[in-house]
Amino acid sequence: MQFLFRYANPHNFMRLSGAVLPFTAIGAALALISGLYFSFSVPPDYQQGTTITILFIHVPAAIMAMVAYSSIAVCSLLSLVWRHPLSDTAARAAAPLGAMFTVMGLITGALWGKPMWGAYWVWDARLTSFLLLLFIYLGYMALWSAIEDEIKAARAAAILALVGAVNIPIIKFSVEWWNTLHQGETITTGKLAAVYVPAFLTMMLAYFLLFLTLWMIRIRTAILERRARNLMQGAAS
Amino acid sequence: MSPFATLLVRDLRLAARSGGGAALALSFFALVATLVPLGVGADLKLLARVAGGVLWVAAVLSALLSLDRLFQGDFEDGSLEVIALSPLALEAVALAKILAHWLSTGLPLTLLSPLLALLFNLDAAPTLTLFLSLLIGTPAVSAVGAIGASLTLSLKRGGLILPLIILPLLAPVVIFGAGAVALVLDGMSGGGALGLLAAFAFGAVLLSPFAAAASVRLNLGG
Repeated sequence: MQFLFRYANPHNFMRLSGAVLPFTAIGAALALISGLYFSFSVPPDYQQGTTITILFIHVPAAIMAMVAYSSIAVCSLLSLVWRHPLSDTAARAAAPLGAMFTVMGLITGALWGKPMWGAYWVWDARLTSFLLLLFIYLGYMALWSAIEDEIKAARAAAILALVGAVNIPIIKFSVEWWNTLHQGETITTGKLAAVYVPAFLTMMLAYFLLFLTLWMIRIRTAILERRARNLMQGAAS
Repeated sequence: MSPFATLLVRDLRLAARSGGGAALALSFFALVATLVPLGVGADLKLLARVAGGVLWVAAVLSALLSLDRLFQGDFEDGSLEVIALSPLALEAVALAKILAHWLSTGLPLTLLSPLLALLFNLDAAPTLTLFLSLLIGTPAVSAVGAIGASLTLSLKRGGLILPLIILPLLAPVVIFGAGAVALVLDGMSGGGALGLLAAFAFGAVLLSPFAAAASVRLNLGG
């Protein structure tokens, strides 16, 4: 906890993130380039053919969409319990990133579904719960921007994020239940063959570093923006 | 009368005397149900098949209509602050408002549903399941809705953002509620689905007063 609190100070955070940022950014770029190279040079899968390449772009996006929401939920909890303004900033900064990962997961899922299922959208359990996750992200961001008072907006958004965190597993369960009820087509991908492991792991690392880099940049921007606003107000008065 | 009952009766009176109360939600419910056959065609087999889902979605949307005013009216005229000062805990206030909302929308919608199910050519057994699922599930709609209503109570256009916030959270209610009807239509028992719906509703009614009270508190500046 002590460690967390030290970096909850915006000044300390700016110093630490400024030092770390170049490494995560370069790491993300390197991992992304090599991951994409691996993804396109793997042998075609016996069932899915070359479309397996889409999965290396799709699965990490889907995982990161959930990681981003978990980050928002953790930040919201920290903000509600310890009232750290930085965790509000961090939660808000993560939301558009998570939403973008969700959109990427949905688009690549649809592109993968067209050759595999014969349709872009088949109301598969995972696709459906991700569509709902996207709406939850949109609602969260809409609430943030709708409330003018920044402190009230932060707390309202934090409550909503926690309610969502409780509800998302239930939504996921209910959608899976619904899918078995309506006999939707589901392709359960088996264990990942050894040839695909390097491509998948590199892409996963790339997505993770990308999220970390973009998240830090967004938090830094928000802090700088607030400082600039304070300076302007100071100069005006 | 206890403070809880006083607040409940007051909210029910307000709902009944301003804007028609239940009548508005009921007319909306019936109207949506009337538009669907006009949209998808009058094939009675098809209508029976989709009745559960259509009536559930219509019921959720009808309950949404009056939801944005759940705390807003009291917030705007200041009575929410007086209520917050009363010996009644804000959590109990939220529960009373959820109950009042359900009694003035969810319950009347449930009572009307067998009549609309008749228009959709639904047999007796699935109609009974639909009735039970609405009876069990609509309290969850009011409860989850109360969280959204309390989060948006200070917003002038809260009515627009409220559905965006709570509709995704209500997906399980629609899934289990309409799913129970679909199971009965397929000759199976809807009991499992109703059980899951009851579990969700129980959790929602139990937990949402806390979330709603927390966001009322932050909006009162506490």
